[in-house]
Amino acid sequence: MTPHLLYAFTGLLLFVTGLFGMIALDHLLRKLLALNLMGSGTFLVLVGLAQHRNGVDPVVQALVLTGIVVAIAATALGLVLIRRYYHLSGRSSLEPDTNDEAGP
Amino acid sequence: MTAWLLDGLLAGMLVVTAVSVLVSQSLFRAVVMFIAFGMLMALAWMRLQAPDIALAEAAIGAGLTGVLLLDAVAHFRRGGGTDSGGDQG
Amino acid sequence: MRRWATPSLLAVCFALVCVLGLGLWSIAFDPVGKSLPERVRDAMGSSGVDHPVTAVLLNFRSYDTLLEIGVLVIAAIAGISMARLPSLEDPAFRTHDALLGALQRWFVPLMWLVAGYLVWAGAKQPGGAFQAGAVLAATGVLMRLGGMPMDFLQPGRLLRVGLVLGFAVFLLVAFVTALVGDAFLAYPEGMAKSLILLIEVSLTLSIAMVLLSLFVAAPVTDATGNQEGGHR
Repeated sequence: MTPHLLYAFTGLLLFVTGLFGMIALDHLLRKLLALNLMGSGTFLVLVGLAQHRNGVDPVVQALVLTGIVVAIAATALGLVLIRRYYHLSGRSSLEPDTNDEAGP
Repeated sequence: MTAWLLDGLLAGMLVVTAVSVLVSQSLFRAVVMFIAFGMLMALAWMRLQAPDIALAEAAIGAGLTGVLLLDAVAHFRRGGGTDSGGDQG
Repeated sequence: MRRWATPSLLAVCFALVCVLGLGLWSIAFDPVGKSLPERVRDAMGSSGVDHPVTAVLLNFRSYDTLLEIGVLVIAAIAGISMARLPSLEDPAFRTHDALLGALQRWFVPLMWLVAGYLVWAGAKQPGGAFQAGAVLAATGVLMRLGGMPMDFLQPGRLLRVGLVLGFAVFLLVAFVTALVGDAFLAYPEGMAKSLILLIEVSLTLSIAMVLLSLFVAAPVTDATGNQEGGHR
């Protein structure tokens, strides 16, 4: 057991937490946050597991580095789409009956 | 031993902030929690001896994502009303 | 939210944690053959840079990075096509805060300096195009929030060139090395360092441009909907 493995397991917990939020929450912005949590969890599992087995691993670090930049681009695109959807429909969630999380 | 304590504390705080991102009532609070989560992730990358990722995560997770999300929250909070408030993010 | 669904969902998630955790535990102690870090260490001499992560990003696995910047450009184009760009220069979106203005005068040049240093440092130590691009994009966001005019974000030649610059330079290098040298993206001997630096600088500009244009592309006006696309 090394600290790397600890972070891999933390990443696993984060992934499942994000998955839960992704399914259970209604507000689209919250879904996006949950998706980002899932992404962070995946990165931690990747780096933690690889470095637990091999020591410091530049290959997997480079992989995760590109992954983070793609994730922020995807988040920004998601925000644009969510705001556009909000414009056109006036709703902040996908289901028509719940619209109570839009804030005051 | 101290290193283990630090790692355990960091891992615990990561999970706690992640959960509080999802359960917090106000959207603004959730986003602030998410920014804190990004900072903790940067620390975790340092502990994993990945300073490259830590740099990127600090610039992106704390800087860019925060501005983007806060801007979006302000947008929702205005309720799509007038836009005279400008970008306050 | 459907209240009855939450406990069962929690149970499913808990089961998922257990299953995935067992899987993780079982593969964590498998013996490994010749590991990737060793291969990287063996090949470092021919990579042209001294920092392993940069070597992997822009030499050993440069094909991945090429496709990745392609993905970023596509995301930016999709984001821009969703936006009402004519509204970008609306003076109402500018905040005129004295403190922010004063802060900017100090911070913006400093952040440019940091971004430039990060690109240069990437050859030897942690740093590189992605971090520098993120810092540069954050600078742009700060400038936009402070209401500095940024005409290059208007749809036009500068925006297009800025978005595709990194991808285009990368692709050009790839094709030239394929035609003149040995293979797609195989840098010729001795030129690796300068080619990597060229690619990194253009990548930095493009990444910053992509992130910034995705930020300013977010629609900011009211939800009535009838103004969508009206101001062409």
